Amino acid sequence: MLRRRRIAALLFLTPWLIGVTVFFLYPLGMTVYLSFTRYSMLDQPELVGFRNYEYLFTKDPYLLQAIRNTGWFIAIMVPAQVLFALGAAQVLTKLKSGAGFFRTLFYLPSLAPPVAATIAFVFLFNPATGPVNQALGFFGIKGPLWFTDPAWAKPGLVLLALWGSGNLIIILLAALLDVPKELYEAAALDGASGTQSFRHVTLPSISPVLLFAVVTGMIGAIQYFTQAVVAGSVASGSADITPSAQLPGPPEGSTLTLPYWLFVQGFQRYNMGYASALAVVIFVISLAFTVVLLRRKSGFAQVTS
Amino acid sequence: MKSLAAVAAALLVCAGCVPSVGGQEPGDPQVITLWHPLKDPNEVKAVRAALDRFEAAHPGITVKAVPAQDADKVTQAIRGGKPPDAALSFNASSVGAWCATGAFQDLGPWIQRDKVDLQQIPAAVRSYTEFEGKRCVMPLLADTYALYYNKKLLAAAGYSKPPKTISELTAMTKRLTKFSADGTIEVAGFVPYLGTYHSGADLFAAAFGATWLQPDGSANFADDPAFQEMLQWQKSLVDWFGVEKLALFKAGLADEFSSQHAFNTGKIAMMLDGEWRTSFLTNDEAPVDYGTAAVPVADNKPGLYGAGLIGGNIIGVPRGAANPEGGWELVRFLSTDTEALVHFADAMHNVPTTLPALNSPRLDLSREPEFAPFLAAFRHPRSTSQPATSDGGAYLAQFGQFADKWQQGKVPDLAAGLRTLDRQNDDALRLGS
Repeated sequence: MLRRRRIAALLFLTPWLIGVTVFFLYPLGMTVYLSFTRYSMLDQPELVGFRNYEYLFTKDPYLLQAIRNTGWFIAIMVPAQVLFALGAAQVLTKLKSGAGFFRTLFYLPSLAPPVAATIAFVFLFNPATGPVNQALGFFGIKGPLWFTDPAWAKPGLVLLALWGSGNLIIILLAALLDVPKELYEAAALDGASGTQSFRHVTLPSISPVLLFAVVTGMIGAIQYFTQAVVAGSVASGSADITPSAQLPGPPEGSTLTLPYWLFVQGFQRYNMGYASALAVVIFVISLAFTVVLLRRKSGFAQVTS
Repeated sequence: MKSLAAVAAALLVCAGCVPSVGGQEPGDPQVITLWHPLKDPNEVKAVRAALDRFEAAHPGITVKAVPAQDADKVTQAIRGGKPPDAALSFNASSVGAWCATGAFQDLGPWIQRDKVDLQQIPAAVRSYTEFEGKRCVMPLLADTYALYYNKKLLAAAGYSKPPKTISELTAMTKRLTKFSADGTIEVAGFVPYLGTYHSGADLFAAAFGATWLQPDGSANFADDPAFQEMLQWQKSLVDWFGVEKLALFKAGLADEFSSQHAFNTGKIAMMLDGEWRTSFLTNDEAPVDYGTAAVPVADNKPGLYGAGLIGGNIIGVPRGAANPEGGWELVRFLSTDTEALVHFADAMHNVPTTLPALNSPRLDLSREPEFAPFLAAFRHPRSTSQPATSDGGAYLAQFGQFADKWQQGKVPDLAAGLRTLDRQNDDALRLGS
């Protein structure tokens, strides 16, 4: 009987098992194996021991810059996006009229394809001809060089991320609307101010959703690629995305992220073995962040009434 | 039994001389597939015309051309085992990887069998189409570079001739440049800021006679003083403009392939660009009276005047092609048949890649005065090309990155920086070898 039940359980699990094996375990295993090889993807992989990892940890001149840039996106872009989305969602809950219109308006940018949105942003922020700097100039402010200045390229990308955070706004809006009204009433009866009820009622109630937003945001930041590549290439005046004879991550490597470097190594320099080693590093970093965040989830624990 | 042995022996002998012919018998109707990266309707038409010529010369063979197939797609198709019989690519920097891995077939046995004379191709062009002695692609039309100058702007500043040396270029740039009242650049005599259209480290290095790699393939940035001379000159001119002003000027320029190109609109008086610009200027009906001349060269190397950097398209037979023999026949015809090359070069407004085609009286381009410096650069014995490496010419990107930091004033010690760059480049090259 027990055996039959086990078989039945296994049968029910089969679709999941196949999915995990084919789409997760096998690629992960192959990536780890390839990270110990020299592999151009045009001939057979050849085992080279720890050579890729040795180069990665001791010689790669761009790795540190890529890690710094990716770290910057995790540290700045993720909190900025979550805070902005939370603020926007909070405002949307308070609207007395036109709520549907404004929700649609905030959500719309996230429907724009990332490449098109990035190109449009680079044109809007063009320091010589773009309307943003012209508007700033109208108020007597000298606008920065945005995507052509290494100090401003990443903040420019953060603005792009904020503009396109419609998905997150909708998720947080749903969470905010889901907070039981009785809790607010009880807090009001106890004499809690608006800030106090936000801190002691709203935040604990939506903490699982905030945790979700932070974890997925962080994984997204670790994998940040498309917008960085497109913004860098378009602003540098290249018609070609990542032309092989150009420096990666223009200007001055300020938009070079870990996945961008992986792409350059694997697909432009024919070093798929080394790119696999980079993928392993990215995987370990993602895993470490997720584990740390989930372990600290007590801080995000939902208040139960 | 005897006949079977004879067939086996013949197959063995044949396998030793040329790659397999994919089961095709001479005289059988054949279809050859060609992938090329061209998309522009006029260019696609030019390819078709070249293929019609091939079909007329080879009754029974039809060529199916597939446009808009870039190097990535070709590489993917080779990996997937379903490549075309011949592939044309802009991406000469991939030759190292394609030859070293056998992704493109070794053309050596075919070249030997069909007695193709490689001496008809200039040395610099032979160099970027082979890797470590293995020829896996042939050149098909080349790009050379020259100085474009706005005759009206030069005359207004009192010049009747374009500059020949770097110091002349510098002096003329300063006189031709106009700043507006707020300090921004209104007209740039010449833009030394790297990444502005074709103001690149590659063309500047060629003007100073720099050699990219040592004979053993290692980087040569620290050992060749030409790199330092080039960078010093470039930075001094950038500083004269002001690096921020140049960055702002560059950001406001129209796209390279638009009719609002800054040279067309008189915002840039002199620039380096490839031969294809002549046809863009004509097609755009640009309101600029322009001339072309050889790229100005380092004052201490006058012998380089007229020479320059040569790059270009490549064509070969991918590994796994269904009809490699047909693919080779197409490659051979397109890359070495004088008449075919002359017509294709005229249609594409590119430089033909063999000397007989270049010297052909039927080459219309040779009668265009603006095209003369490009053809001369191709002929010049001191013209150079960028050598192929197994990592797709990564040394160029490494140097580009370094030169960009340098022009921003972020490299305190140039000599030490170049030594570090050499080491980084050699380490990176070893990674893929």
